[in-house]
Amino acid sequence: MKRVLPGFGLSLGFTLVYLSLLILLPLSGLVFKASTLSFEQFWSIATGERALAAYRVTFGASLLAALINAFFGLVVAWVLVRYPFPGKRFVDSLVDLPFALPTSVAGITLATLYAGNGWIGRHLEPLGLKVAFTPLGIVVALTFISLPFVVRTLQPVIEDIEPEIEEAAASLGASRFQTFFRVLLPGIFPALLTGFTLAFSRAIGEYGSVIFIAGNMPLISEITPLLIISKLEQYDVVGATALACVMLAISFVLLLAVNALQWWSANRHQSRRTGA
Amino acid sequence: MSRLLRQLFLSVVAAGAVAVSPAFAQASLLNVSYDVARDFYKDYNPLFQKHWKAKSGESVELKQSHAGSSKQVRAVADGLEADVVTMNQASDVDFLVEKGLVAKDYAKKFPTNASPYTSTMVFIVRKGNPKGLKDWSDLAKPGVQVILPHPKNTGNGRYSYLAAWGYALKQPGGSDKTAQEFVGKLLKNAPLFASGGRDATTTFMQRKIGDVLVSFESEAELIAKEFGKGGFDVVYPSLSILTEFPVAIVEKTVDKKGTRKQAQAYLEYLWSKDGQENAAQNYLRPRDAEVLKKYAAQFPAIKTFSVDEVFGGWSKAFPAHFKDGGTFDQIYLAK
Repeated sequence: MKRVLPGFGLSLGFTLVYLSLLILLPLSGLVFKASTLSFEQFWSIATGERALAAYRVTFGASLLAALINAFFGLVVAWVLVRYPFPGKRFVDSLVDLPFALPTSVAGITLATLYAGNGWIGRHLEPLGLKVAFTPLGIVVALTFISLPFVVRTLQPVIEDIEPEIEEAAASLGASRFQTFFRVLLPGIFPALLTGFTLAFSRAIGEYGSVIFIAGNMPLISEITPLLIISKLEQYDVVGATALACVMLAISFVLLLAVNALQWWSANRHQSRRTGA
Repeated sequence: MSRLLRQLFLSVVAAGAVAVSPAFAQASLLNVSYDVARDFYKDYNPLFQKHWKAKSGESVELKQSHAGSSKQVRAVADGLEADVVTMNQASDVDFLVEKGLVAKDYAKKFPTNASPYTSTMVFIVRKGNPKGLKDWSDLAKPGVQVILPHPKNTGNGRYSYLAAWGYALKQPGGSDKTAQEFVGKLLKNAPLFASGGRDATTTFMQRKIGDVLVSFESEAELIAKEFGKGGFDVVYPSLSILTEFPVAIVEKTVDKKGTRKQAQAYLEYLWSKDGQENAAQNYLRPRDAEVLKKYAAQFPAIKTFSVDEVFGGWSKAFPAHFKDGGTFDQIYLAK
């Protein structure tokens, strides 16, 4: 079959080579290194008490951070697209700040702000809320660094929704609640899911900002990347790759699940439209 | 188009040649070092360059690389062409010995265990020492908050850990068992483990967390420079650990580059009067007795023990305490 667009072979070739060099090669090196372990060794590293605790902290905090951003990121994106207000461009560029800021700077700044004598921490401490050097601090850091992913994914999609659609819904008697949940959200949802996924995966791998605010106590506030570094500090490269492989496997399964969810929601949305 | 490409190619080759050529005329040494040695070698390198020029008539280019010590050592093992390594813990150099890059008997190739200067772990407390913290035993008491860098993942954390362990061991009736209990109690007083020495300092001085910061003696002076002398006191415990900073020639690199002579001289000069004075001026305890005497005001007498004496060297101490399953893990995983 002759394709209409030229250059398919060339661009596909580029894509494959590029992805192989950039992603598959390092990852296969990782798996290869870890495969020098026997299964028993691998299993005992992967399921050690500290490792299990670290998975819980890492994935739990990342999930929470991604959920928080899914909600507030949606609000921010909506406001930035829909409402004109003075200083909008300035606020808009603020969103990118977590992208640009070196993560360790973010970590140190957040730790200072949320410490017991910090600008924010000093008001939270009397309420019995300790943020810096607790697992909650990890959530704060991860929320900070992953915010732009949700906002930047949602903005173009929200821009594409014409206000007329809302007006039509309203004129046809939909309540505000219905307009949002039945008319607007289905259109935004796939992008929201993508933003959520990006934020989540970014948070899982984050190291630089977290170690400054986490407190790094074994079993309580140790993230998996810290355990990996700890293995490297012992010159145990193989052990480090074992943990990395576990992280990779869990992340891959989760991302696959989210993609499946997205595919399902897009399909449902599609079939509803065509079916109705 | 093709001419443009050819020109581009030629100019790249030419630029490469220009960049490489001085290496033939002038020897160049790369010193791969730990993080906080930056200031020390910034002062030391010009001293050596002057000395070498006077002695041999050659000028030598000196390049520095600083980062966390185990990261640095891994980079050298992976092919970073360091002529010399200057580290803050023997276990890091031992790793290079294992990889065949550094001579097995590196500690004997230079005087004083190949460590040109030493330091020790001391306590930084709040002004006036409101909790009356005098010795390691006070740090293990309930209600005291101790700030230190991660004992498993950082060099100064490990030294702090071993200092407390050695102290407990040397108390009447001290054994590994009592030492582990003691260190366990002390670590329970840590509200957090800082990610590194500087992070611990920031947490203690700026965020005002904790009653005591365990730190290198040399760090105390830097804190004074940064935060002023008024905010804290330095307390010398009855006994502490002697921290050594081993230096070594990377055999493989100097043979390949033909820089053995310069590398040898560069490290030897650390033990000269100038090198020792430079250490003292950077608040590191010089090995030279005369220089130490000259700067005595800055280095109060303190009883110390070395890792070799109490723990049989880093090659034993590291696996026993800091590898997975070592005493640090036992303290946290024991229920």
